Amino acid sequence: MRHVLPALLALSQPALAAEIWVTNEKDDTVSVIDVATLQVVKTYPTGERPRGITFSKDFSRLYICASDSNTVQVMDPNTGEILHELPSGEDPEQFVLAPDDRHLYIANENDAVTTVVDTESRKVVAQINVGIEPEGMAVSPDGKIAITTSETTNMAHWINTETHELFANTLVDSRPRHAEFTADGAQLWVTAEIGGTVSVFETKGQTQIAKVDFAISGVSDDLIQPVGLRFSPDGKRAFVALGPSNHVAVVDTATYQVTNYILVGRRVWHLEFSPDQSLLFTTNGVSGDVTVIDVASETAVNTVKVGRFPWGAAARP
Amino acid sequence: MSVSYRLSPGLAQWAKPVFIALALGLALPAGAETLAVKVLYLRQEVERPPVLSNLDAVPEDLGLAGAELALADNRTTGSFLGHDYSLTVISLPPGTDTAAEAKAALAEADLVLLDAPAPALLAVADLPEAAGKLLFNTSAGEEALRSADCRANLLHTIPEDGARTDALMQVLAAKRWMHLALVVGPKPADQAFADHLRRSAEKFGLQILGEKAWTFDTDLRRAAVVELPPFLMDLPEHDVLLVADETQDFGRYVPDNTYLPRPVAGSEGVVPLGWAPVLEQWGAVQLQERFEAQSGREMQSRDFAAWAALRAIGEAVTRTGTADPARLRAYLLSDAFQLDGFKGRGLSFRPWNGQLRQPIAVANARALVAMAPVEGFLHPVNETDTLGLDAPESQCTAFKD
Repeated sequence: MRHVLPALLALSQPALAAEIWVTNEKDDTVSVIDVATLQVVKTYPTGERPRGITFSKDFSRLYICASDSNTVQVMDPNTGEILHELPSGEDPEQFVLAPDDRHLYIANENDAVTTVVDTESRKVVAQINVGIEPEGMAVSPDGKIAITTSETTNMAHWINTETHELFANTLVDSRPRHAEFTADGAQLWVTAEIGGTVSVFETKGQTQIAKVDFAISGVSDDLIQPVGLRFSPDGKRAFVALGPSNHVAVVDTATYQVTNYILVGRRVWHLEFSPDQSLLFTTNGVSGDVTVIDVASETAVNTVKVGRFPWGAAARP
Repeated sequence: MSVSYRLSPGLAQWAKPVFIALALGLALPAGAETLAVKVLYLRQEVERPPVLSNLDAVPEDLGLAGAELALADNRTTGSFLGHDYSLTVISLPPGTDTAAEAKAALAEADLVLLDAPAPALLAVADLPEAAGKLLFNTSAGEEALRSADCRANLLHTIPEDGARTDALMQVLAAKRWMHLALVVGPKPADQAFADHLRRSAEKFGLQILGEKAWTFDTDLRRAAVVELPPFLMDLPEHDVLLVADETQDFGRYVPDNTYLPRPVAGSEGVVPLGWAPVLEQWGAVQLQERFEAQSGREMQSRDFAAWAALRAIGEAVTRTGTADPARLRAYLLSDAFQLDGFKGRGLSFRPWNGQLRQPIAVANARALVAMAPVEGFLHPVNETDTLGLDAPESQCTAFKD
């Protein structure tokens, strides 16, 4: 598909020097993809088993969950230098930066704990007991609610960010992996990898209002395993990574119906938009590459080889 | 603390206290009723036959350790829902009349994990006291328990032996290693496993071109290099040498001591397992790390079977809000039930014989070779049903309501 690329890129006109940063879980590196050329332009070493990855709001700091090093690393993205490490609790897998740009909410997979870290004082603010194998993390746009999903307990845990206490626990289908609030904060979407569904909750009242099901012709149902999820910039579509089915689903957020399936690389994990939001990058764990999707046409337009077992992705303008 | 043990004399060495960390994250609403979920782990100990090597001792908490981990998992979920799980362990010394001992225990528990040989399993399941209860076979792979000898109150979380040999043959067939030779040990379990190997080979179109019965009684630790190659010399040309040695007696000396330079599979070498410590994907490492932190050793298939049984109970209680065995059984056998077993596909129970539908790891000592069902072996309902007794093959009628 490489030959279609120049035309599409001309249409999408990404900002100069925009980058997608990808953690390579089994290479202990991050790969930096130049959005304009779709080439890996830099590869930086990290701690062991890097997974969750996110930028500070001004993009001057990159936070990396180095799971097997039991720390969150803070990298200067201009140099690749590790500036310092944050206390993270044991085995940090996934995290989310609060809207205050200061507090990280971290899922400690082996400890059944969510850790709240102040990135300025570099201290643990709170640790909250949650279910077994916490993974998915989200914070509401107003910063008042944090969510942890626990993979074995099969719940979304609702955390009051002022008191650091749970105020609700809602069951979802088996092995919840990822949680995402809609831009207005009114809904929470939770993917369930083994259950093969996405549960949609109304934030107010924490009640489930819809469940999204998937079916891909020629793919066994139990290989359809929803993991990463992102909403389109206009909020009308949700893109859902479906793991070993090697597809990304496009869901109409008004009807909760799937409108398209896009074939990508093998075992697709997480998704990230280019800063201009014209392209969607998918980390493909097994094939060790990143698929580039043109958001407007919902087609895969390129593949970029990165390190071994790419997991998380974050964009920098 | 609600793990209690009733021990037979002489078993105190493994009766270590079980510490369950409670993650009490949420105070339950005032006035909410607590649901007690009492589970019995009933073990009939067996005498193990002597084997040539004593390098690998059988853990004294084999199986039980998996139940203990599942108890901790369930209790965490239960703490958010007001469900209080407890596990009572009864271990009976070899030679005990299992059914007689089980009578009193069954009066106190509706949900039972049975770690016992097939005859003892059936004797317990057939007790009047077991009627209407929900029992889980976590230890016996005999096919008859899933066919003519099935019982409506007995589900199975340990894979049937034929599912394991089917998994191995799928993997060999996918590699186009179609020509096989077979060495069979003298014990009944070896003969039974060899029979499954023959049937699975035929099922997937592989050929066993020659067989030899293991008859040596020499000490192989001194003479393997000398004795095995000539013993295997007269087998016809083959791609893979199969070994049926289910008590782990002589098989460990076969790999790399063959006459022809061939891989070994079956009970040794490339082995089909319900659980393998070399599993890395699908969150398996997380399960194993929890298990090792708890028990100080690697997780084995029997541990996984007990874990899966108690986790299945937990999942059913979580989703139905009841501990009633009939309602839990109905939920477990329904399409709604899915258990995350860290093997890449959701686990469910086959409604025709109560067997847990599960992928089988085909692995060597260092890595997973492939997870079965292998891509390309198709099934009209569920690809995992290419492993073991499918609905038309099972003679089980007890599940037909």
